[in-house]
Amino acid sequence: MNLNSPLLEIKDLQVSINENEILKKLNLTINKGEIHAIMGPNGSGKSTFSKVLAGHPAYSVLNGEILFKGSSILPLDPEERSHLGIFLAFQYPIEIPGVSNEDFLRLAYNAKQKFSNKLEVDPIEFLGIINKTLELVNMSPLFLSRNVNEGFSGGEKKRNEILQMILLDSELSILDETDSGLDIDALKIISTGINKFMTPDKAIVLITHYQRLLDYINPTYVHVMQNGKIVKTGSSDLAKELENKGYEWLT
Amino acid sequence: MINQSNKVLNTNITKLVNKPYQYGFSTKIEKDIIEKGLNEETIKLISKKKIEPDFLLKFRLKAYKKWKKMQEPTWAYLKFPQINYQDIIYYSAPKVQKKLKTLDEVDPELLETFEKLGISLTEQKRLTNVAVDAVFDSVSIATTFQDELNEFGVIFSSISEAIHDYPELIEKYLGSVVPIGDNYFSALNSAVFTDGSFCYIPKNVICPLDLSTYFRINDSKSGQFERTLIISEKNSKVNYLEGCTAPQYDTNQLHAAIVELITLENASIKYSTVQNWYSGNEFGVGGIYNFVTKRGLCAGKNSKISWTQVETGSSITWKYPSCLLIGEASQGEFYSVALTNNYQQADTGTKMIHLGKNTRSRVISKGISAGHSKNTYRGLININNKALGARNYSQCDSLLIGNLSNANTFPFISVQNSTTKIEHEASTSKIGEEQIFYFLQRGICLEKAVELMISGFCREVFTELPLEFAAEADRLLTLKLEGSVG
Repeated sequence: MNLNSPLLEIKDLQVSINENEILKKLNLTINKGEIHAIMGPNGSGKSTFSKVLAGHPAYSVLNGEILFKGSSILPLDPEERSHLGIFLAFQYPIEIPGVSNEDFLRLAYNAKQKFSNKLEVDPIEFLGIINKTLELVNMSPLFLSRNVNEGFSGGEKKRNEILQMILLDSELSILDETDSGLDIDALKIISTGINKFMTPDKAIVLITHYQRLLDYINPTYVHVMQNGKIVKTGSSDLAKELENKGYEWLT
Repeated sequence: MINQSNKVLNTNITKLVNKPYQYGFSTKIEKDIIEKGLNEETIKLISKKKIEPDFLLKFRLKAYKKWKKMQEPTWAYLKFPQINYQDIIYYSAPKVQKKLKTLDEVDPELLETFEKLGISLTEQKRLTNVAVDAVFDSVSIATTFQDELNEFGVIFSSISEAIHDYPELIEKYLGSVVPIGDNYFSALNSAVFTDGSFCYIPKNVICPLDLSTYFRINDSKSGQFERTLIISEKNSKVNYLEGCTAPQYDTNQLHAAIVELITLENASIKYSTVQNWYSGNEFGVGGIYNFVTKRGLCAGKNSKISWTQVETGSSITWKYPSCLLIGEASQGEFYSVALTNNYQQADTGTKMIHLGKNTRSRVISKGISAGHSKNTYRGLININNKALGARNYSQCDSLLIGNLSNANTFPFISVQNSTTKIEHEASTSKIGEEQIFYFLQRGICLEKAVELMISGFCREVFTELPLEFAAEADRLLTLKLEGSVG
């Protein structure tokens, strides 16, 4: 690990799924303390990008490199990437029948503790930890006994993702359309949670379609992704411009 | 080209799938067998070898006559090649000279076999509060704690012994719950059954130990046809556990058993099975054909019979543990986890026949299908016109793993009076790559993920299992399933 390296460095990344090339020579560098917003039309490769970072097995990396803290993560399993500090808030969090949120969250927390050579916590200690985190995203403790995402409303699912991000205290968090499908109140709660979570030693990638999320979270950079690569990078003003003009003027 | 973690995931999966069946060894032992094939002479020879009373030979011959006229049932959702009933050995017993008095006389090879299976027949090693009857191919090898149980008046022995020692009980109850001609396999079993367990719990006795039978098929050519009979007298109570394993052969062995339970007034029997017969290899070659008739009769008022089964083995499972609820306010329960992987096929469920007033039944069935397997729940809730105030609750859940497995539910409900209350719930869910990825992304490994999802899915059934079985069942399912995911 090189302390001077950027947190994440993506070089000429080419990725395909079922022999369709989705990412075409994507380049991106993210340093600690930065928030990057990635915008772009449907089908431009934003979700693929997030899943490839997390190591989803359906995608094949044809070429290029992903360096996290200076080392390649391409040979690593999804769970190893998670242990290193990469977190993905899913666009469509999946339901897991029969498994309570409490057990799920505790296992995830303990997996991370174990990886960091810290003591694993017992269920009672864990309740103390999770109850504080629940307050940050304004969720009731009753939610712990429900099964993971089962019967959750769209907003609850998204809040659950943010809860997990805070609990696991990840260094690099990729939020895939966490704002879509949220009402204004939920959007405020989630944004507040994200802002409290953000510190100078972390970085966040926000994948979004809407400028309104950026009213609450101020990005360091805004990127536009089109056809599998980043075609424009700017400040938060770029998002406002996109909101007015759409994407077509870029091509 | 780096195919990201796909390779790693697949390697893990392959490794886990190919975990060998740990009970697949066979024991070399001198055997006394009757040549394969089935006719009246075979039956007479079995009866003669077992020095049986006349009524039993008649019972067998009557069953054989019925069986010859019957056809193998074809209604189950199962596919298998024609079974050649003339190519089966119907009697195979380790050679012993006379009836064993103590365990010291048991062939050490056999004791070691059961030790390897985790069943200690040595009473000095009193680790658990369970009395065991060990059945090896066609005969019972040993029954532990018989003297201790006798002090309470509890009879626990092999059915062969019971036929000699308590012929009046056998004559009265054998075939009283599952009649000879009930079905093709019950007729076959009634004709050729060789051993099994017998339990009798006298009036007002709560059986001080859990009773258990461990069935082991060893011979590659022999079928196992055992018979279990449990009678629980007024105000008595017993917990009974059944376990089974078989060596790994590339041929199929037939197992056709009958279990009959009878509870009288206020009596209760809780019957739990962890079935782990060899299920064939990953291409579906070999494994046990398991055709079993299990039925309980709640004869007395307020009596109760509860079936709990964890079915993980067998190439084919055909099994419907049922309850006849005759006694007023009697209760029947069925809790089942049936897991199929590779090319296994299971058609299993229950029948709850409500005949008495205010009878109650509860059915919780959990089917897990992985690989190319087929898993079917088939159930019947039948409420007679005299069963006023009867109640039933059924829940049938299916869990699919991967894209190639198959789950079916056939619940039949027949109600003949209007004072009945019936509830039926069903669900189907799936463990797919996306769920696994969700766990992995949160840093939770594959093994833990599968374990958590399976034990969550089966929780309502596992809590019904006796403690020593519950841990075993949990481990067994995880072992059988890990890696079939992805």
